[in-house]
Amino acid sequence: MTKLLNLISLWTLPSILIIILSLGIIKKVPVYEEFTEGAKDGFKVAVKIIPYLVAIIVGISMFRASGAIELIAGWFAPLLTKFNIPSDTLPLMIVRSLSGSAALGVFSDIANNLGPDSYATKLAAVMVGSSETTFYVLAVYFGAVGLSKIRYALLIGLLADLIGIISAIWVCNLLFA
Amino acid sequence: MNYIFYFLIVFSIIIGAINGKLQDVVNAVMSGAELSVKIAFSLIGIMAFWLGIMRIAEKSGLICWISKVIKPITKRLFNEIPEDSPAIGDIAMNFSANAFGLSNAATPFGIKAMEELQKVNDKKDTASNSMCLFLGMNTAGFQLIPTTVLAVFVGIGYKNPTEIIAPTLLVTSIAFISAIVLSKIFQGLNMRVNKINQTDKEENND
Repeated sequence: MTKLLNLISLWTLPSILIIILSLGIIKKVPVYEEFTEGAKDGFKVAVKIIPYLVAIIVGISMFRASGAIELIAGWFAPLLTKFNIPSDTLPLMIVRSLSGSAALGVFSDIANNLGPDSYATKLAAVMVGSSETTFYVLAVYFGAVGLSKIRYALLIGLLADLIGIISAIWVCNLLFA
Repeated sequence: MNYIFYFLIVFSIIIGAINGKLQDVVNAVMSGAELSVKIAFSLIGIMAFWLGIMRIAEKSGLICWISKVIKPITKRLFNEIPEDSPAIGDIAMNFSANAFGLSNAATPFGIKAMEELQKVNDKKDTASNSMCLFLGMNTAGFQLIPTTVLAVFVGIGYKNPTEIIAPTLLVTSIAFISAIVLSKIFQGLNMRVNKINQTDKEENND
């Protein structure tokens, strides 16, 4: 099973490239010229998102450095025992919408300290694997088209994250507890 | 967004001062700003590559074909954009890339899709309903195989790392579907509010 999955993840990218390029050649598309034409935008887009990324990432870096995450984790601590949630996973729930690298860091920490057999490791794995960094996606996608009025987009992202956390706890409780 | 930005910064400074971590918070300004530019610049190459590939896919008619295949679904989800908009093909490419764990490729596809959605957006500085829906679907992070998590598991010598795949898939699907449902609820609420505002205006004009 693991082997098959490794094979799939190894071959996804190459097969996409083969399909797109071959189809281009068959349809007589000048693939080299069109490639470079499209690639020109890479720099533009990357530079365009910088102001949005700076705003979000500086804000979140400050937030993380201030110890606010530990503070919020403290508020929610009483809920944990009630729903059989290991306290190690709490910072992860807060951080996973804010920073992808931080979430992965917390998860690796849990996995290394508590080992593969602990319930906390499995719960953390499901939580990390099932989420995308909401604030980062928001900054990059809306920044690339220069949007500043985001309306209810962030609210949806965060609510969906919350639902993800709750269902992760529920599913893991059923399967691994 | 203005309030969130204000909250993140002012709240962090106050909490940092209380916790005696003000120095760390100040340092975080510098390191955060540096990190954002690093992220943006590290995106340039991979972004250029996938935008180039994407252009070939577009010119060969592949994107158009994918759009046609998934049209029955997208017609309902993205009901505010033209049925034959190129955004639909880009959205499809973005989700397939995400589903297979190619987040490097997914980002340029997603940005292309946003650009197409922006073309049919009336207010250029404000997110349209379709944009909010697309963003919500993306933040739910739908993925068939959680490759990074599996890598960490293999690293710590987990005997059976694949047992995590099914629960993760279930959870990510729930989050994904709720993002769609939530967007539709908000879209509906918004239309109502707009209608009420409009009738108010008309009454005032009378």
